[in-house]
Formats: sequence, C-alpha cells, structure tokens
Amino acid sequence: MSASTLEGFRSETRAWLEANCPPAMRTPLSEKEVVWGGRNAQFPNEDARLWLERMGERGWTAPTWPSAYGGGGLSPAENAVLQEELKRIDARPPLWSFGLWMFGPVLLEFGSEAQKQAWIPDIVRGRTRWCQGYSEPGAGSDLASLATRCEDRGDHFLVNGQKIWTSYADKADWMFCLVRTDTTAKHGGISFIVFDMRTPGVETRPIKLISGESPFCETFLTDVRVPKEQLVGRLNGGWEIAKRLLTHERQSISTAAFGGGGGLDLVEAAKQSVGLMCGQLADSDLRSRIAAFRMQERAFQLTVRRAQAEARAGGNIDHLASLFKYAAASLNQQRLELLVESLGLGGLGWEGDGFDPDALRATRHWLRSKGNSIEGGTSEINLNVVAKRVLGLPDPI
Amino acid sequence: MTRPLTEDQRLLQDSARDFFSERAPVKALRAERDAGRPFDPELWREIAELGFAGAAVPEQSGGSGMGWRSIGLVLEAAGRTLVASPLTQTGLVGVAAIRTLGSEAQRERLLPLLAAGTATTALAFDEGAHHAPTGIAMRAVRDGDGWRLDGHKRFVPDGATASHILVAALAAPTPGAAESLALFVVDATASGVARRPLAMADSRGMADIELTGVRVADDMRLSGRTDLGSTMTDAGAAGLERVLDIARIGLAAEMLGAADALFTLTLAYLKDRRQFGQPIGSFQALQHRAARMLVDLELTRSCVTAALDALDDAEGGDKAAAAAAAQIPALASLAKARAGDTLHLVSNEAVQLHGGIGMTDAFDAGLYLKRARVLETLYGSAGWHRDRSARLEGY
Repeated sequence: MSASTLEGFRSETRAWLEANCPPAMRTPLSEKEVVWGGRNAQFPNEDARLWLERMGERGWTAPTWPSAYGGGGLSPAENAVLQEELKRIDARPPLWSFGLWMFGPVLLEFGSEAQKQAWIPDIVRGRTRWCQGYSEPGAGSDLASLATRCEDRGDHFLVNGQKIWTSYADKADWMFCLVRTDTTAKHGGISFIVFDMRTPGVETRPIKLISGESPFCETFLTDVRVPKEQLVGRLNGGWEIAKRLLTHERQSISTAAFGGGGGLDLVEAAKQSVGLMCGQLADSDLRSRIAAFRMQERAFQLTVRRAQAEARAGGNIDHLASLFKYAAASLNQQRLELLVESLGLGGLGWEGDGFDPDALRATRHWLRSKGNSIEGGTSEINLNVVAKRVLGLPDPI
Repeated sequence: MTRPLTEDQRLLQDSARDFFSERAPVKALRAERDAGRPFDPELWREIAELGFAGAAVPEQSGGSGMGWRSIGLVLEAAGRTLVASPLTQTGLVGVAAIRTLGSEAQRERLLPLLAAGTATTALAFDEGAHHAPTGIAMRAVRDGDGWRLDGHKRFVPDGATASHILVAALAAPTPGAAESLALFVVDATASGVARRPLAMADSRGMADIELTGVRVADDMRLSGRTDLGSTMTDAGAAGLERVLDIARIGLAAEMLGAADALFTLTLAYLKDRRQFGQPIGSFQALQHRAARMLVDLELTRSCVTAALDALDDAEGGDKAAAAAAAQIPALASLAKARAGDTLHLVSNEAVQLHGGIGMTDAFDAGLYLKRARVLETLYGSAGWHRDRSARLEGY
C-alpha cells in the first residue's frame, strides 16, 4: 500500500474514532471496568457497551482478521496506523478476550470453513466468552501427559476428566479443550475440541488464591457429549494446535496482561513513602534497585516495540514469544516486590479502612504476581523452549 | 523510534562484518598484542578506505553521510572480533566532538581528515580511574590570541597513538566570564605534551597525558554550539555531554557485537563438547543459562538500536528532532548500562562454560573478558549510569 493511501486511511480512521469513541472510553482502564463480553456480558456503563458494539461492528476488535468472518480485514500497516490512532486518544481496548488472544488465531489457521463461520464472528463482537481447558491435576508443565478421556461414540464424542487452573471457567460460555483420544501415543494422542459450558456434565468450582481472589477454576467433565463437528483440526492432531495457541498466549501475556499495579507508580510511591534526601531516595540501596528495574523495564518495552516493527516489516517473531513471556513475568514480579518494599508495612495491609486503597490493591497484585512465572508455561518451561527451539540445544539422551 | 535497517545500512552491515571477520579476526588482535603494537596501521588505512571511518561524517565533509545508526553497525561488527583500531575514538568520538561542538569552519577543516583516516583523535576527558564529569581540573587560560593548557589526563583511549588529543578543560570563554567545560584540539606532538603509554589488560593503546603550558590556537577550541540543553550542572558543558552520550552509545554497540559473538562461540561449544556421553548443552542447568543470556542480548540490542536511532532523529531543527534529543541522555545511559551488564555476564559465562580451555591464553574468551571490563568502565560503569538514570527521573 502506498504512503498516500495509508495517510488517507489514517485521516478516515481518526475521523471515525473522533465520532465514535465515547469520551469516557478515553480514560485509563481500571480492572473493574474491563469488558470480557459473552452471553452474560457485564458493562461498567453504557459507553463501554456502545464502544464494544461500534468497534465490533467494524471488526476492529480483531483488526487483521479476515472481513469474511467479521474481522477488520486490515493489512499489518493499516493495523499499525489504527493502533497509533487509538493510542493517540488513549482509547481503552473495547474487549479483553481469550477468544481474541488465543482461540481465534488458531481457529483461523486450523479450523474448517464452517467452524470459522460459526465461532469467529461472535468472538469479534464479544458475544461469546471462551475459556482454556489445558492444565490438569496431573498435567502442568508436562502438559502433553494430559488424561481427560475423549471417546468416539459414533455420532458424538464422550468426554470424562478434570481440568484445573481454567481462567474464568465459571464466567465463560464455551471452552476450547485438550483431550486424549489415543492412550498409546503421548503427543500424538491429543485432540483439540470445543464445547458449550452449558452442556450437561460440565461443572466449575472457583479456586481461592493466596491473593484472596479466585480467577481460576477446577472444571469437572462427566460424560460430556460433544458433537463431532466440534473437533478442530484432525483427530490426534491437537498437540500442534495446542503449541501454536501457547505461542499466542505467551505473546498476549507479555504485551498486554501484566502491568496492573493498583494505580500506584513505583517511583512516586517510593518518593512519598521512603522520602528524598538531597533530591535522592533516602534508601540508597532501594534507589539503585529501582533504577536497575526501571531500566530493565524500558529495555523490555523497547524490545516489544522492536519486535512489533519487525513483524510489520514481515518478519516472523513467534520464536520470541517464550522469551517475552519469561521476561515479562520476571519484570512484573520485580516491580511488585519493589512496590511493596517501598511502601513498607503500609504495603502489606490485607483489608479495611486503615490502609490506602491503592496500597491494598498493591498487596493483592504482589501476591497474584507470583503466578506470573507459573501460568501460561512456567519460566523454567519457557527457558527450555528458548534453549531448544531458538538456540537449537539438544535434548538429553 | 525503532525502525528496520535501510537497504544501504544492510549492505554496510554485511560488508563490515565480512571485512572484519576476514581481515581482522581475533587472532589479528593476538598478533598485534604479541608484537607489542596497539594496532595495525595498514588495517586502519583499509578501514578508512572502505568508508567506515567516515560513516557518520556528512557527505560535504568527505564522509558517506549515513548517520549514527550506521557507524553503530560498523562498531558492532568491529566489536565482534575485538578489532584494535582507531575507529571508535576517531570515527565515532572524534567525529561526534567536531560535528557537535565545532564551528562550520572547524567542521570543514577537520572532518575530512578524520573520514580519510589521515588524522586520528583521542578524547582526553577523565582525570582519574573513574568516570567523573564533575571532576575536571584541567585549565585553559587565555594566552595572547590563543590558549595555554595545564593539567593531566588519565587513561586516555588511543592516547599513545592519536595524532590529535581532544582535551576537556575548564575555560572562561570571554575574559571575566565564568569558567565552563570546553574541548580543545591539541596536536599530540606539540611542545609541552607528555604521553606515558599504559599497558592495559586489553592490550590497547591507552595513555596518561600531561600538559604543561601547551599553546593552542583559538580556532582549535571547539565551541560552535551551546543550544543542546544539558543535564549536567555546568551549562557550558551541554555539547560535551552530547559528545559523551554519543561515545557511550557507540561503545554500547561495540559491546553488543562482542557479547553476541562470544555468546555464539559459547553456544557452539555447548553443542560440541561431550561429557557423560552427551553434548553438555543437553543439560538443563546449562540450557537455562544460555537462554538467559539470549534474553539479555535481545533486550540490549533493542536499547542500542533505540539509542542510535534517537541520535539520527535528533539531527535537524524541528519539533520531532527536539523530542528525540530530549531522550538521548536516558537512552545513552540505558544502552551503556545494559550492554555493560550483558557483556559482563556473557564474558564470565563464556569462561566458565568452556571450562579449563576458557582459562588458556590460546583461547579467545580471555581476550573478550579483558576487553569487556575496559569497555564497561569507560565513560561510566553500569552503576554510574543507573545513578544517572535515577537522577534524570528525579529520584
């Protein structure tokens, strides 16, 4: 596309956003205001509903997906312009969605035409909320040892087993799920199926974490009947799809999901709580560790931008997903450790009026962040992936 | 802002890598060291002839006018094989000083000499073992229509061999005015210049330099620009701070090249060396160390690239240039600290992962290790730059 056409796209986009992005959607997004969509979608206000409706209609919740399935149909260059324009007005993302980040991309790659027609448009419009049935009690880092049984019963599959750490399973409409269809082959006996969470035999139970919150569930599957057209890809061909999806997951985790800090800026919090002496943080050891962290954080942001620029220029950056996930998890944990340390005992309050609400959120975020290096592939697994797939180091004999 | 390389830059990168790996591999440095020479003059002539010395010199001054990102690519390629040459001090630091601080007449007169490699420069800034921009005691006082310089400089890179020394000194620009830092171009053979070569661990030509009543003509004082803004307390030092930042960013590029090449060497060894009946690179404890080094290298590359791009973006007088210029101090410190930390890690890990062979003089790891520490220390250690970053952010 020529530069002048691209500039034309920019001015159209700018005008459309000016007319359609409600002013209330141009303010920082707090956690409570995130829109996840779905059958029982919750909107913090009417503007948020309108913003999702308008962006979804245009396919701009999934700007580069084909317009045949409701996506925006934009080229990478056009999408870059759209993202710049959204950033220019500080527009909130209209939708957070595992469908957008994880399932949609693999469905576009591996799904049948009928499956894409059936599920992609509702992801784009935020009408279906998806959850991820991957981990099991006996299959964490060794995901491919998963044992949830899926039997061929002629006109349908019958699924029995248990999933765990299913993010927001209790709020999701559909699940994409890894199941065992062959017990004689490890990786080659896994299939990728999807089903409605209202199907009889699907039961979810939230798990309370050390942070006091319950973003994860146990999911019990008992004689769940799944229509055969809900198998994605070929039978026993699920592992390849599973790995592709993990790549998308790791990318989205590292570029989007981390970073909540309870509204507190680390440097400002440290300045106020620890105090300055001669213009420098009174705790010189903390000061140098904060400086080292801030520089590492900047280096990471620059790396994400460099990778995005390379992707726009047509380069493949999939190999960086594990590296990014590893680095992002570590940075978020460091940031929250430094934040809590900077707040002293004020950063360790649990609840009640005796604490600043932002500091209370920091406590919960700090505890929640311990999971960052476990979920979506542990840091150790991600280092394994970097060593093997990027550096080409051999497996042990 | 980070952007992909242009076609010209890609060609330059390829030709620099090819040239240095063929003409100046690590064994060339070893040969110079064993012969007791800081560098090979014939190699320097070829470097200049290929246009590497003038990569950041504008075309009208005899260079290729390709900019800072380009000289960064050349320095990164040179860093890969630890090339010993005046390239960093002349093609980067000298060019930066004259472009940034020189008047138009000075630029026209001096830059062509540097691009052609016929003159070489050495920045004489620090006066002790640590980088200390506020610790300059060298004085320049008016002497007739010129200046008289007195003082001493320590650990001047290329100080023993450069044809011209760029001396940072406190000077009152006009009689009675407050003193501020200025840079003087001093002929290394001038009367009153005493150079004492230092045998450093990295086998390069550093020197201590003593100036005693050295006469310098007024047109050899670089004083063209005072509009650059400064985070140093001395407002007159604005341009000099930019020169130092360019030097830091260029050194970061050189360190990135060294770290990347040494990592590649180490990775090959992990795949090749067999113990307990298998390649040692199949052991998870070593795989994770290798993977962490790659993370560090990728982050460092982003910082170096962003800093070089900011230098190019800051050229010109528009608003975007001013915005890029404002980013330079933070990006320079980021790139220098990050590259220093990464090379520190990789150079230590390279020795350890190679085992006994890594401890031998015949193997290259030791040469990288020695060069690494000099580069890490020059123009501010990682710790110094972390402190500066905190100051820049107001804590």
